[in-house]
Amino acid sequence: MKTLKALLLPAILLLAWEIAMHVKNVQSDSLAAPSQIAIAFKDAMLDGTILSRTAETLRAALLGLALGGGSALILSIILGLVPPVARLLQFTIEVLRPVPSVALIPVAILTLGFGYGMEISLVAFSTFWPILIYGHAAITNIDEQMLDLAKVLRLKTFARITKIILPATLPRYFVAFRLATAVSLIIAVTVEIAANPLGIGYELMQASQSLHPDLTFALVLWIGLVGWTLNTLLLFAQRRLFGPAGVAFGIQQ
Amino acid sequence: MTPPATRKPLIEFRNVNHAFGTRPIVHNIDLTVGESEFVCLIGPSGCGKTTLLRMVGGLLTPSSGQVLFNGRPVDGPEKEISFMFQDYSKALLPWRTAAGNVSLALEATNVPAAQRGPRIKELLAKVGLANHADHYPAQLSGGMQQRVQIARCLAQEPSVLLMDEPFGALDAMTRQALQDEILRLIAVSKTTVLFVTHDLEEAIYLGDRVVALYPNPGRVAQVFDVKLPFPRDQLSTREHPEFLRLRRELFDFIREGEA
Ligand SMILES: Nc1ncnc2c1ncn2[C@@H]1O[C@H](COP(=O)(O)OP(=O)(O)OP(=O)(O)O)[C@@H](O)[C@H]1O
Ligand SMILES: [Mg+2]
Repeated sequence: MKTLKALLLPAILLLAWEIAMHVKNVQSDSLAAPSQIAIAFKDAMLDGTILSRTAETLRAALLGLALGGGSALILSIILGLVPPVARLLQFTIEVLRPVPSVALIPVAILTLGFGYGMEISLVAFSTFWPILIYGHAAITNIDEQMLDLAKVLRLKTFARITKIILPATLPRYFVAFRLATAVSLIIAVTVEIAANPLGIGYELMQASQSLHPDLTFALVLWIGLVGWTLNTLLLFAQRRLFGPAGVAFGIQQ
Repeated sequence: MTPPATRKPLIEFRNVNHAFGTRPIVHNIDLTVGESEFVCLIGPSGCGKTTLLRMVGGLLTPSSGQVLFNGRPVDGPEKEISFMFQDYSKALLPWRTAAGNVSLALEATNVPAAQRGPRIKELLAKVGLANHADHYPAQLSGGMQQRVQIARCLAQEPSVLLMDEPFGALDAMTRQALQDEILRLIAVSKTTVLFVTHDLEEAIYLGDRVVALYPNPGRVAQVFDVKLPFPRDQLSTREHPEFLRLRRELFDFIREGEA
């Protein structure tokens, strides 16, 4: 019932849009009726363009996320466990973090050229920070008593990390990775739109430049749908794992 | 402030001082705990009871003076010293079952996986939780969680048990049950116990000696010998004339301190 209500407004707007396009008989290079968008979407879907381009984008986004997130995970643990290193790196981190990834596109092109390499690097750069910051915060927030417990039991560093620190922070790391996943998709598409001849962003740019509003709109909606699906899947996983009676209570051991 | 001469000294505070920043927390502490002795620390909040316990546990180094264990200065957590924390909601790992939490202590000492299962079973049975091995802390009552903690401490096979207000948050019935349980367990293992509590009666009921501390900064005010027979019993011990006399003495002492 709720979903039905939520869908009501968009449906009305779509209908109004469709009717307006027909009544005014708009022939435009910048607008398309919902029905035209749907047809363009169907065609691009059937000839495989959308799916293969999306695969390219996801590949760059997820590899970048793995690279950036993975190294951030390791560094955040080091920062959390060795405060002197955290103090040493604090300045560097604060200077580098605010650099917008988009500003690095020219630098990446210059040093890495076009292709996956530079896109993955830029995604890695931009997903590195949220995971580093969240992860470090999660580790410094671990309850003092839990760390005392690790000391009293004389757990070795590796056991302390795997048996106490990671399980205690896993839910927060998961949230950080979920947010970074959204970032990775945004950055990948941005890089493609701005420069890289690859992926769904490039396809979008082509459609727009060749004055195909129907396909342009279809691709924008598709990108939104992909992002929404990813986030929904991860949210679902998060609830299943860490919600009340989460499965992770077994896994974390 | 020394134990009866028959006991070998196990833990010794020698002229221990500690300050956080410039604020002195404990001052000139001299105290010896003998082997298999049960010593209770009482004193107002903030007088440094936890601080003293943490020193023995190797979690804190005093600003000056020495804490000795078996004649050697403590310079980190000792294998033979086990620490039972006050706040049970944080002392157990919420993502591990009761059995998993006990297992942690065995894993820490590299007990082979094959031997852990039977040991855990035995330890949980000792604290009356044989049927709760698979329950997570959130599914257990406060008393049960403290029992899990006791089992984990015992898994270390400690010669010293440090207990920081372990029963403070429990209801009276559970509390008495656990008091008897601890007495029963350590009577078998001859473990030395340093026990912090706010409850005078609990201190007398459990202890061989009760050490009362003054606050600001924490100092040893007076040491009371508890000459009550073992095994202790919730009814007869608490009605024993010596118990009543000590209780009176401690209450008067505390009231004077407050005046
Ligand atoms: N890490 C710390 N840094 C600064 N001050 C501290 C620290 N730990 C404890 N203190 C202070 O030292 C004093 C003694 O603390 P402690 O925890 O030993 O008292 P306590 O006797 O155990 O009190 P309670 O009965 O409330 O548990 C307190 O005033 C406390 O604020
Ligand atoms: Mg305390």
